[in-house]
Amino acid sequence: MNYILKMSFRNLARNKRRSFFSALAIAIGTALLLFMSATIRGEMRGSLELTINLRTGHLQIHTEDYKDENLSLKRVDMIEAPLEISSQIENITQVKAASPRLNASGIVAFKNETIGIQIIGIDPPSSANAIYREGLVDGEYLAADDREGVLIGLPLAESLNMKPGDSIDLIINTSEGETDEQRFTVRGIYTTDTPGYDKSTIFMPLAKAQTITRTENFASMIYILLHEMDDTAAVKEAIQAPGYIIEDWEEMNKLIIIVEQLSNAMMFFFNLMVLGVTSTVIMNTLLMAVYERTREMGILGALGMKARQVKALFLTEATLLALGGVMLGLLIGVPLVLHYANVGFFIGDMGLSAKSDFMFGNIIYPYPTFGDGISVSIAAFLITILSGYYPASQAAKMEPVDALQSNN
Amino acid sequence: MEIAKLTNITRVYTVGEVETHALRGVDLNIGKKEFTTLVGPSGSGKTTLLQLLGCLDQPTAGKVLINGQDATLMNRNQRADLRKGTIGFIFQFYALVPTLTAYENVELPMLLMGKKNHKSRVMELLDAVGISDRADHRPDQMSGGQQQRVAVARALASDPLLILADEPTANLDTENGEQVMDIMRKLNEETGTTFVFATHDPRVIKYAKRIVTLEDGKIIKDEAK
Repeated sequence: MNYILKMSFRNLARNKRRSFFSALAIAIGTALLLFMSATIRGEMRGSLELTINLRTGHLQIHTEDYKDENLSLKRVDMIEAPLEISSQIENITQVKAASPRLNASGIVAFKNETIGIQIIGIDPPSSANAIYREGLVDGEYLAADDREGVLIGLPLAESLNMKPGDSIDLIINTSEGETDEQRFTVRGIYTTDTPGYDKSTIFMPLAKAQTITRTENFASMIYILLHEMDDTAAVKEAIQAPGYIIEDWEEMNKLIIIVEQLSNAMMFFFNLMVLGVTSTVIMNTLLMAVYERTREMGILGALGMKARQVKALFLTEATLLALGGVMLGLLIGVPLVLHYANVGFFIGDMGLSAKSDFMFGNIIYPYPTFGDGISVSIAAFLITILSGYYPASQAAKMEPVDALQSNN
Repeated sequence: MEIAKLTNITRVYTVGEVETHALRGVDLNIGKKEFTTLVGPSGSGKTTLLQLLGCLDQPTAGKVLINGQDATLMNRNQRADLRKGTIGFIFQFYALVPTLTAYENVELPMLLMGKKNHKSRVMELLDAVGISDRADHRPDQMSGGQQQRVAVARALASDPLLILADEPTANLDTENGEQVMDIMRKLNEETGTTFVFATHDPRVIKYAKRIVTLEDGKIIKDEAK
């Protein structure tokens, strides 16, 4: 078998440029697939993380009839004494933060412009809201007893040309089905790098939000973050909140999970397309080699080489090409993916609002996994060898007497 | 006993609706230690006859016995096995594997037979054809005469009973052609290996012990010298 390997290697070295470009086709295919799989995985993972961090949390407690998208302020749809419940939940070891939130809809008016927004009342000191404190780009963060201050998102501030200290008017729906209008001061400007969310969400302290919406001592939900996502089921089991329902991140993000599964299916077909093109290049290269070496096949046949040995010769050439191509692909693809996994790449505003089931940041960070690297490499390797099967069979089919009469 | 026995061989090539009779009822026996030349004009059937003797092709009708085995009843792989241990080939166009050195070209039939510890035998064969100093050279680094000598050594590598040579001197100048023929004649006398040539080169014919003349697919003369 060693002589087959030796002959295959030297056959590839015969036309170095052609062999190199064939291997390069496999390499580009492999690198592209590595990049795409890491990007899709990073995008879906990032979207889920953002949605959990900004909207759903790992767990959420609310009433049975509360619907996040309705922003209902009816007391029957809200949680009573939310701070007491959240402080009890924070005693559970696996819980990182539990904090009430009050969601209301409203309109912001500044100078001559008005924009529809979502107002969220938060407990400012809670670590559940650290993302907004850490994302402060200008001005100050909110204090729990601040009665006039609000935090606004960077895209909203930019579009209305607002800065900290500016006065804005907020028209807010109340639990009585009416609206109330009050003047607030822009205390700070935050960003979560999620333009769709930041441009339509304004924060104010929970106590003030309760006052203005006439929902004193009530909140829309208790938002819970865990140290480890894997503890979700255990914490859900441990929480005592009679009369309320507890939903976990999987139940609240069904659409993202379905889209992720759909993305995986689409990625499979994308893989097939890329590898299909690559395999065509390899098949063409090996068919050219068979055509160019027809007489040589006749000589080998005359010397007693059997059809299966001729087939093995070409399949070994395909295997060597696959090996070289996949390794080159990993050499190109892995550093590329790792670089972008570190710095990310800017995709801008995807145009999704704060109420959307999806949250997309303006930067995608590809998320490479060892499993993806292995499966892409194996797929590229096997497809290349399979694409060598037809040319190898053609070579094996040649009758020595016919092959010897060839001019090639 | 004959090394090869061809009985009533017919070979018809069909291209479209046109049939070409390359051989028409040929009978031929090749005995041990023969040094036989097949002669005749182009299209007389020399190469076809050589291909049938080499089990590279199958006759349309008739029987081909090689060392007592009926090659017409064998499939492609069985014929490959028969060739491997019994028949060596020398072609007009040298026909070395271009990516292998002289040493590796001679070694190849031994590897195909699964022989081990063959290094000394390969060198012995290269020495016998006077090319051992070119053992590490590839075909494109050797002259035509040198390549054909390597081809002779390769034909002998499997210790065949029969070596078939199709126009072995056609691409060689007089000096190289005679050197190659001298080597083959010497090997025939020293090892008893049977040689059959297809040629119309008088330099080859003068070395032959037996001359078989073909014309229009038939043997018209078979004479011993």
